[in-house]
Amino acid sequence: MDNNCPFATVLSATTSPRNKTGSWRTMCPRYINLMPPCNAVCPTGENVQRWLSFARSGNFRQAWNVIVQNNPFPAIMGRICYHTCEKVCNRSHFDEAVSINILERAVGDMAISHGWKFENVVPATGKKVLVVGSGPSGLAAAYFLRKFGHEVEIKEARALTGGMMRYGVPRFRLPGSIIDAEIRRITDLGVKISCNSRVSDLGSEINKFDAIYVCIGASKAIKPDMEVKSGSSVIDAVDLFKKLTNEQSHSVKFEKNVIVYGGGNTAIDAARMALRLGAEKVNIVYRKTLSSMPAHETEIHEALSEGIKILCLRTIRVIDHREVLIDKMNYDEESGILSKSGEEETLIADSVILAVGQFMDDSVVRNIEGIVVTDGGIIETDEYMMTGAKGIFAGGDATSTKRTATVAIAHGKKGAQYIDAYLNGKEVEQKSKPDVINFKKLNTSYYFSSPRLTLPPISSISMEERTIALTGDEIVTEASRCFSCGNCHHCNNCYVYCPENAIQKLLDGSLKVNHDYCKGCGICAVECPCGAIKMMPEK
Amino acid sequence: MSYSTRKKTSTDNANCVQSRTDRRNTLMSGHRACQGCGEALAARCVLDAAYNATNGNIVVVNATGCLEVFSCVYPENAWNIPWLHSLFANAPSVASGVASAMRVSGKTKIRVIAQGGDGATTDIGMGALSGMFDRNDDVLYVCYDNQAYMNTGVQRSSSTPPLARTATTLPIGSYMGNDAKTGKNLPKIAIAHNIPYVATASIAHLFDLEQKVATAIGIRGSRYIHVHVPCPLGWGIQPSDTIKIARLAVDCGLFPLFEAKDGVVRTSFTISNIVPVEEYLKPQRRFAHLFGKNAAPNVIAHMQKLADENIKEYQLMGENTHG
Ligand SMILES: Cc1cc2nc3c(=O)[nH]c(=O)nc-3n(C[C@H](O)[C@H](O)[C@H](O)COP(=O)(O)OP(=O)(O)OC[C@H]3O[C@@H](n4cnc5c(N)ncnc54)[C@H](O)[C@@H]3O)c2cc1C
Ligand SMILES: Cc1ncc(C[n+]2csc(CCOP(=O)(O)OP(=O)(O)O)c2C)c(N)n1
Ligand code: SF4
Ligand code: SF4
Ligand SMILES: [Mg+2]
Repeated sequence: MDNNCPFATVLSATTSPRNKTGSWRTMCPRYINLMPPCNAVCPTGENVQRWLSFARSGNFRQAWNVIVQNNPFPAIMGRICYHTCEKVCNRSHFDEAVSINILERAVGDMAISHGWKFENVVPATGKKVLVVGSGPSGLAAAYFLRKFGHEVEIKEARALTGGMMRYGVPRFRLPGSIIDAEIRRITDLGVKISCNSRVSDLGSEINKFDAIYVCIGASKAIKPDMEVKSGSSVIDAVDLFKKLTNEQSHSVKFEKNVIVYGGGNTAIDAARMALRLGAEKVNIVYRKTLSSMPAHETEIHEALSEGIKILCLRTIRVIDHREVLIDKMNYDEESGILSKSGEEETLIADSVILAVGQFMDDSVVRNIEGIVVTDGGIIETDEYMMTGAKGIFAGGDATSTKRTATVAIAHGKKGAQYIDAYLNGKEVEQKSKPDVINFKKLNTSYYFSSPRLTLPPISSISMEERTIALTGDEIVTEASRCFSCGNCHHCNNCYVYCPENAIQKLLDGSLKVNHDYCKGCGICAVECPCGAIKMMPEK
Repeated sequence: MSYSTRKKTSTDNANCVQSRTDRRNTLMSGHRACQGCGEALAARCVLDAAYNATNGNIVVVNATGCLEVFSCVYPENAWNIPWLHSLFANAPSVASGVASAMRVSGKTKIRVIAQGGDGATTDIGMGALSGMFDRNDDVLYVCYDNQAYMNTGVQRSSSTPPLARTATTLPIGSYMGNDAKTGKNLPKIAIAHNIPYVATASIAHLFDLEQKVATAIGIRGSRYIHVHVPCPLGWGIQPSDTIKIARLAVDCGLFPLFEAKDGVVRTSFTISNIVPVEEYLKPQRRFAHLFGKNAAPNVIAHMQKLADENIKEYQLMGENTHG
């Protein structure tokens, strides 16, 4: 045997990286960002996932900053928003939706107690905008317009600011101090609000301002078709709430039996308020079925838990002092046909509160050339929210049948963008939105079932708001339940599972595919819990 | 007897050695394993964990098999640690020799690891391994179980599961693939040798795997870890589904995760949602005949029975807390 024959073959260590296995690849992983459903349905476009991610890392201030990029009222919204976000939360297909609304309230309250302020305004543009009405829509518009650098004045007909948040939503759901605190932040930006200043002549205002945003709400009660004998105790819900706001609660008292007529949120609020003002038995009378009630599910639930009864399939024909004559109804949910069943009944009520809807008082816009009020009683606007009169925009309850504070705020935000574009002679940039990510695209093997945070049950029927005191840890825990649908949350799965060491973790924690070695197996895409990696055909 | 149990938590992956930017990458990029190879991934994870636990004081002896062939193809070498390869059958003996050499030269800090596929471990190297266990030589032996001889074209090994198709157990007519009653359970055989530490692990549960490696590397004497590693080629699965399939093997009970010390099983890893075996079997082409029209009745029931027996034996459903 040749003495030079080596005992073993020695290959230099660490030489394999010469072999660029990236050439094997036919599919290539790409980090993508998809639209989480919560964000997609939020009328104001809150980036819920992003602020939750700050909350989960305990950075509540930054969480708040992210909320107010799209919605200047976290503490108010955290109380009264009907949170469609939670309905579509992907986590509800796994265990229970993330308690977004409660967290928003917690973060909003923190901002108030710490005195957090909005960031500074950009340099002044010299343009002046008039906002007619200080409801959520007007306030939101003012906030965004101010942030664009415009000078803003709000004229409000009533004595107090806030629109229906103040004169509608009852105080046990939204304390006045919260409204004050969140409005003060907007006036601190330099927005001028004049109360007791009803605008009656829009035409003359347009000469004094560069643009006008009309958001006068819908505050007139619709009168239902019925006979009311004189001397009967009947009040419209909106008038009841107005009275309570103007004159404080002790001015109104109810006797034993109260009937509330209507099926919306206002009816529910009126019924709950009656209970707090002395009524012992409160019945809501509604013409259709429980499932077709427009009131929000959680509101209905709370009313029922307070002992309020809902009498469905009934309309009121006559109110004759304490006697309320009822027609029983048939309702076919499929066809939507509502008809009298022929049966009648008589209920006893010391008072009846009417809450069958509101309409807009259109006197302020009626005589302005170009402005059209539709048969449905709303102001017509174009796709840029401008009315037929140049420079006059409109939004909120006055232009929409979806009457919620959240939608009103969304209009304020959009309206401000359109007004800004109008003032600058530009078009609003239409950003293309990524696709919404659904539950099936997530890999939930990395999550564990955990119950959602809930409000404590109602313990007493009181004029005071139900208090919650969440610890920072509780907020972090709940925020951590977010699946981060469609966007990387830096779990490292792709980095740990790549058999090729082809995922690089950069200093800032972001991840990058090393195309020299990625063979395109796709493990990273399958194991990404968020659906934030997509395999694309290699070019 | 009841075992203490461990459950996976959501922060497992974030806390593992693999998620660190300073992990060793003991098996480097540029190796020639197939796309989505479970064995390549597992080897890096096991050795990175051992490297981390010993501050880099490891020597690895490798049996012949995919792991050796794809990592050192002339003229390249993907290993980032001292590593040697001799034969298919003799990795345990070579490792015993290396361990003795370390002992006599006073380098007791250096820990010896031997590794190989299931063929090397349960078949051809079985005698050498049993001898190593018997002498309680100071070696950690890691078997990467991809359940067949993959390197040479997917032939059956004694670790091939019942009813699986391999190149040598092709289901034809009423023949349903690998015999349902043969095969060896190597973890049990290792436990029967009364060595100080035996564990099973899965690449779907990296934190658990790393913990087991760290525990094993800290013990003197013979130790054995049996890692379940899907092989996209041999099993007929999508390369992207390697981890998913590994997870399902654990979740259905067919691959129980446990730890035994001094001949007694002490800890098991509980399953939060036990899934039917079909979920694991169906995506794999090697089991496709069990779902075809020629499938003998009860084949699935037989597999389910095996899983159920594991669930019972290892108390995989137990809600016991960590202890
Ligand atoms: C009882 C009740 C409970 C509700 N609960 C909720 C809830 O829980 N969640 C939710 O999202 N929504 C709720 N809503 C609906 C919500 O309050 C409204 O959709 C929202 O306030 C509409 O905002 P807006 O700014 O368009 O109008 P408004 O809030 O109605 O504000 C319009 C403002 O314009 C002023 N104004 C009118 N005309 C003039 C004029 N000519 N000059 C100057 N000022 C004028 C008004 O005085 C008023 O302040 C509730 C409504 C009611 C009635
Ligand atoms: C004595 C001997 N017989 C046969 C072979 C050929 N051979 C090399 S690797 C291998 C199979 C390896 O199977 P396994 O140990 O399961 O590892 P895998 O490739 O599946 O990872 C065979 C049969 C050999 N190298 N030496
Ligand atoms: S896991 Fe690694 S090899 Fe596979 S596709 Fe991702 S980066 Fe490429
Ligand atoms: S696997 Fe984790 S780190 Fe990778 S993209 Fe998905 S979420 Fe981000
Ligand atoms: Mg094998």
